[in-house]
Amino acid sequence: MYQQRKMTLRLSNGMCFHGESFGYEDSTAGEVVFNTAMSGYPESLTDPSYAGQMLVLTYPLIGNYGVPAFTIEDNGLATFMESGKIHVKALIASSYSGNYNHWNAVESLSDWLKREHIPAITGVDTRELTKILREQGVMTGKLLLDDDTEEIQDAQYENVNFVEQVSCREVIRYNEGARRKVVLLDCGVKHNIIRNLIQRDIEVVRVPWDYDFNSLQFDGLFLSNGPGDPNTCMKAVNNIRTFLAQQKIRPLMGICMGNQLLAKAAGADVYKLKYGHRSHNQPVRMEGTNRCFITSQNHGYAVNPDSLPADWKPYFTNMNDNSNEGIRHISRPWFSAQFHPEAASGPTDTEFLFDDFVSLL
Amino acid sequence: MKLNNLKKVLVLGSGALKIGEAGEFDYSGSQALKALREEGIETVLINPNIATVQTSEGVADHIYFLPVEASFVEKVICKERPDGILLSFGGQTALNCGVELYRKGVFEKYGVEVLGTPVQAIIDTEDRELFVDRLSEIDVKTISSEACNNIEQAKDAAQRLGYPVILRAAYALGGLGSGFCDNEQELLQLAEKAFSFSPQVLVEKSLRGWKEIEYEVVRDRYDNCITVCNMENFDPLGIHTGESIVIAPSQTLTNSEYHKLRELAIKIIRHIGIVGECNVQYALDPNSEDYRVIEVNARLSRSSALASKATGYPLAFVAAKLGLGYGLFELTNSITKSTSAFFEPALDYVVCKMPRWDLGKFRGVDHQLGSSMKSVGEVMAIGRTFEEALQKSLRMIGQGMHGFTDNKDIHIDDIEQALKAPTDKRIFIIAKALKTGYSIDKIHQLTKIDLWFLQRLENIYLTDQALSKVDSLNHLSSDLLLQAKRQGFSDFQIARALSMGKKYSMDKAVLLVRARRKQLGIVPFIKQIDTLAAEYPAQTNYLYLTYNAINSDIQPAHDQKTIVVLGSGAYRIGSSVEFDWCGVQALQTIRQNGYHGVMINYNPETVSTDYDMCDRLYFDELTFERVMDIMEAEQPKGVIISTGGQIPNNLAVKLDEQNIPILGTTARSIDNAEDRDKFSAMLDRIGVDQPEWNALTSLDDIHRFVEKVGFPVLVRPSYVLSGAAMNVCSTEAELEHFLRLAAEVSKEHPVVVSKFMVNTKEVEMDAVADKGEIIAYAISEHVEFAGVHSGDATIMFPAQKLYVETVRRIKKISGQIARELNISGPFNIQYLARDNEIKVIECNLRASRSFPFVSKVLKINLIDIATRIMLGLPVQKPHKSLFDFEYVGVKASQFSFNRLQNTDPVLGVDMSSTGEVGCIGADAQSALLKAMLSVGMRVPQKSVLLSAGDPKDKASILEPARLLQKKGFEIYATKGTSAFLSTYKIPNTRVYMNDEEGEPKVLQMLHKKQIDLVVSVPKVVDTENIDNGYKVRRAAVDLNIPLITNSRLASAFINAFCSISVDDLDILSWEELK
Repeated sequence: MYQQRKMTLRLSNGMCFHGESFGYEDSTAGEVVFNTAMSGYPESLTDPSYAGQMLVLTYPLIGNYGVPAFTIEDNGLATFMESGKIHVKALIASSYSGNYNHWNAVESLSDWLKREHIPAITGVDTRELTKILREQGVMTGKLLLDDDTEEIQDAQYENVNFVEQVSCREVIRYNEGARRKVVLLDCGVKHNIIRNLIQRDIEVVRVPWDYDFNSLQFDGLFLSNGPGDPNTCMKAVNNIRTFLAQQKIRPLMGICMGNQLLAKAAGADVYKLKYGHRSHNQPVRMEGTNRCFITSQNHGYAVNPDSLPADWKPYFTNMNDNSNEGIRHISRPWFSAQFHPEAASGPTDTEFLFDDFVSLL
Repeated sequence: MKLNNLKKVLVLGSGALKIGEAGEFDYSGSQALKALREEGIETVLINPNIATVQTSEGVADHIYFLPVEASFVEKVICKERPDGILLSFGGQTALNCGVELYRKGVFEKYGVEVLGTPVQAIIDTEDRELFVDRLSEIDVKTISSEACNNIEQAKDAAQRLGYPVILRAAYALGGLGSGFCDNEQELLQLAEKAFSFSPQVLVEKSLRGWKEIEYEVVRDRYDNCITVCNMENFDPLGIHTGESIVIAPSQTLTNSEYHKLRELAIKIIRHIGIVGECNVQYALDPNSEDYRVIEVNARLSRSSALASKATGYPLAFVAAKLGLGYGLFELTNSITKSTSAFFEPALDYVVCKMPRWDLGKFRGVDHQLGSSMKSVGEVMAIGRTFEEALQKSLRMIGQGMHGFTDNKDIHIDDIEQALKAPTDKRIFIIAKALKTGYSIDKIHQLTKIDLWFLQRLENIYLTDQALSKVDSLNHLSSDLLLQAKRQGFSDFQIARALSMGKKYSMDKAVLLVRARRKQLGIVPFIKQIDTLAAEYPAQTNYLYLTYNAINSDIQPAHDQKTIVVLGSGAYRIGSSVEFDWCGVQALQTIRQNGYHGVMINYNPETVSTDYDMCDRLYFDELTFERVMDIMEAEQPKGVIISTGGQIPNNLAVKLDEQNIPILGTTARSIDNAEDRDKFSAMLDRIGVDQPEWNALTSLDDIHRFVEKVGFPVLVRPSYVLSGAAMNVCSTEAELEHFLRLAAEVSKEHPVVVSKFMVNTKEVEMDAVADKGEIIAYAISEHVEFAGVHSGDATIMFPAQKLYVETVRRIKKISGQIARELNISGPFNIQYLARDNEIKVIECNLRASRSFPFVSKVLKINLIDIATRIMLGLPVQKPHKSLFDFEYVGVKASQFSFNRLQNTDPVLGVDMSSTGEVGCIGADAQSALLKAMLSVGMRVPQKSVLLSAGDPKDKASILEPARLLQKKGFEIYATKGTSAFLSTYKIPNTRVYMNDEEGEPKVLQMLHKKQIDLVVSVPKVVDTENIDNGYKVRRAAVDLNIPLITNSRLASAFINAFCSISVDDLDILSWEELK
């Protein structure tokens, strides 16, 4: 068993979970959310959608296969990760493996977390913790070193614009000169979205979340995933609204936060889920069909499908709780998914949505 | 939506349990039948395995105890005229039978629709060449393999591919006839065997050392697919997955590897066109993402049963519904009852499957593990660390091990060699290697087991080292104790690591550790398996215990309404599906009478571990420690220990000492029956005869005893099941040798030596008593004489050839014993009967192996009556006389010698059968013939080999030989037998062994398949297997030629097939037998 400094996770409802530190030795605070995926911690940790959150992994054995090299390809994308750094505030696990083994690993999860200054706790009954979050809803919490008496500030998650924190600062171009040009609105984009577009011979113009892309020349618009509350991103919503109102109809696809921003631009409401969807096993059904897909998800907010205007329809619906999983325009080439067709991590069943989008360009 | 033309559906079962095809198919078949019934579809089931749950009342509408064989199935189809048939729930047996029926056009002829996966898809996955072609159509990589139709082709293929190669027989279950060949000589040997099982043999390049990964995949007719579970083998490729420790979910795969293989699995299932369930097995390079598909099983399998239990996703049930035409999206998750069945379970625990071998029971068997399966059962352990799950599983296999460490020392001459060439002891050899100072890197080099697994094992080892440095329980820190418990250490292991055995008895030491632990607040918690890792609340109570927790998911109500039933654990030789049936029946009676039924069991192949069968299922250990943990949480009204075989029975006294309310017969009575010393004294007291016996206290006493009674003698220790360490000794040397072995088995109880009786009938009494009074009973008779273990014997019920006086005496003695032990519940007494002389040989105050058989033939559920008695409910004596029967039941044993290389396939006092069937016929002969055909016997076409060693055996095959001659069979006989037959003017052809001058050579004839049936009877007491008889028997087994080794059974079988033709056997369902 891994022997380290003792740590405590204190939830905002006062409940405490004790364990040992296996990451960077510091205290931190954030919104506590759980993910039920059984693999893919390097991808999850670097997913910008987790900004501001402390991630609870319900799968108990973590760190088994170590961490691959954090190398960057010539095009600026990470080889194995989903962004340039770890975005979670802290990692909460039941049983950290200590040692690891994999041909592609270069360091342990613990060493990586330490290198990136991310605290982590192991020895937590993450099932019990998850049940509390399920029953009482997500809440903030603090992860404290037991022998460090210094009090830290409570985390602020509500009404914070996390997108601003994780979006690129300037325009970045990928695969220049390709067949078609797509503007990618970066709300905290996962690299695998960019990889998927590049693979389909697309030039990607990645722009900051609040960038007025309508001034650019492009063939299609892509709205990325991102962290937090879409209501804090009204600048982006307005730019999308302008795009939708333009005479020249160009294809649009959105993912996750992109789904919510598109819905808002269309005039629908977005609300916060009690404990969100974070897993690799969310079933969705394509509306009006018998086609069902297993999807990877990571979101705390959802679109209220009843608030969609008449020219928009739900595209996908969650088969467990009937929440909205995507919308589409009844006649124009605009659609979005609440789940992650780019996977990484998670199942790849819905990657065909990229093909659909590209074929519309 | 459901196809609406279906009114009646036929389900094929898998027949007797055998190595490679065991209880998992009772589970999958039962699930399928449940799914059909739920739809209001009339069900027909063909399965001769009478001890299964699926062949019970209320599970299927029409049950046929007939061989799962094309001609019989066609007759049932002709009679029942079902609209549809399910082929994929009865293992390879049902699948092969289905393919044959399809090819013969039987389905077309009778308009029977094959539900679920189309037969062509099955053929595509079963025929290796077709399979490779189909997968290469979608650019999926398979192991480069060449299909060969004769030995010459196999040799050439191996040369092209380069050694080492692996050989597989096509269409064979569990890797039968498969193996690795390092050179041409090994290839030639194996190829001959493989061709005897299959017309086609595949030669493949070996990928030894690659990871082995499996996915369970489901597809509906709308093309929606899910992968329910993936599993990783602890042992790398090269060891059959049935022989391997298996972990779910995979532990060493990255997201990219996991989903690459998942995506491929879905691509494959779509391309092949499965509707229902299949599994895809991969080899994965440990140094890259390169992979190969090993095989696809287009049916429910051992792995799918394991995956169902590992995840809570009822694969067989869902597959059956999909076969009826449903889409996955139309079904709900049966655990949450609110979410969709179209999802992939998320686990928040880890499961470890451990195979159970019984190789110690077979003389001369090869212990090395390879690409062919030898294990007879398996267990599944659930934990929240790998260490916890693994150590639990090692206790569950029930071979006297306490976990990874703190076991009795095993002696290994060459650890390095033992690591390289794995045997059934592999995991303990790794423990030994760590203790001897091997690094995990070195162990990895030798075993190719992934370092991550070895690191976990080292963790356990290091914790054990830390424990052993602590000098007393009081000095054991709470942190270290908790760490040990979280790694799955039992109180016993901790006590032993602390050397507490020096000061206390181990029983006492264990209780001290338990008390200390509870004082420090270190207790296990109850967690639910909910398929969604707590994302949604679970509506079922599928539970396990863990120390890696701070709170329990459930709090059982202490309302005096709970009855706990202890299950039977791993299937092993001597204890299998029959006790699962007993446990399930007990649960049903408990629940029907307004109580909550709780089951504790850990065998993934069972129906009792289906969470629908009880109110709470603890999928956990049946050790004293864990049962006590559950008792403390449940505080039940009572516990039933008499329906789960010997494992719960052995806990009786210890649980009683802790004031656990045991229902039915008291622990004291159980001890009085189990302890041979006490039992024999009791028989003497009440004047019941028994074979002369003596309890071993000194060797001198024994010798004096043997001098008095004379050889042969039977040596056995207390508390044995299936004859472990029980042996017949005919010489001084043998006696001393076996006494040493017996002493190793049980130190606390004396060893009993008794006079061994030859040429004596064995009779069984299965009964239920209430406060000492027999309420219901069944008397059955062995076909073989005493000396063949009752688990191997062929049994007739009602007994056909007993004197009325014998029956009367047996009833009287049984009544006396029941009164004396004040039995309340099920019990079984075994008797010897010669003339009218009756002797008691054994008494078990629990349900016996034959309870389901006699219950079903009687049509009186003895377990239901027993359970009612134990619950204190009123019961009535059934009014049924043995003479009311217009039919006879025969139970025959299934042997799996073909998988146990080199072992001599003879029967003795030690049990060796892996399963059984029970068939019912209008008379003894037709019942026997059905039963024998059900265990793989074939009626010979024209030639029979007779060979009997003992004069008595020779005499007893005389009449059958005459019959054979009259029927025009060609009789071949070995030297002595030939001379004997000739004396009696029975024409025969003498055959010669290789070391004898003359032609024809018997082994050559066998190889050329010139003999259809081999009767080879060794001398009653024959401990040496180097004789010629062994060579003949072994050749028969290896070449898949029917073999009988007992003269009484041979005689009965020959009589049967000479008097009735197979075509004339009645095709009657169970309910038609009145």
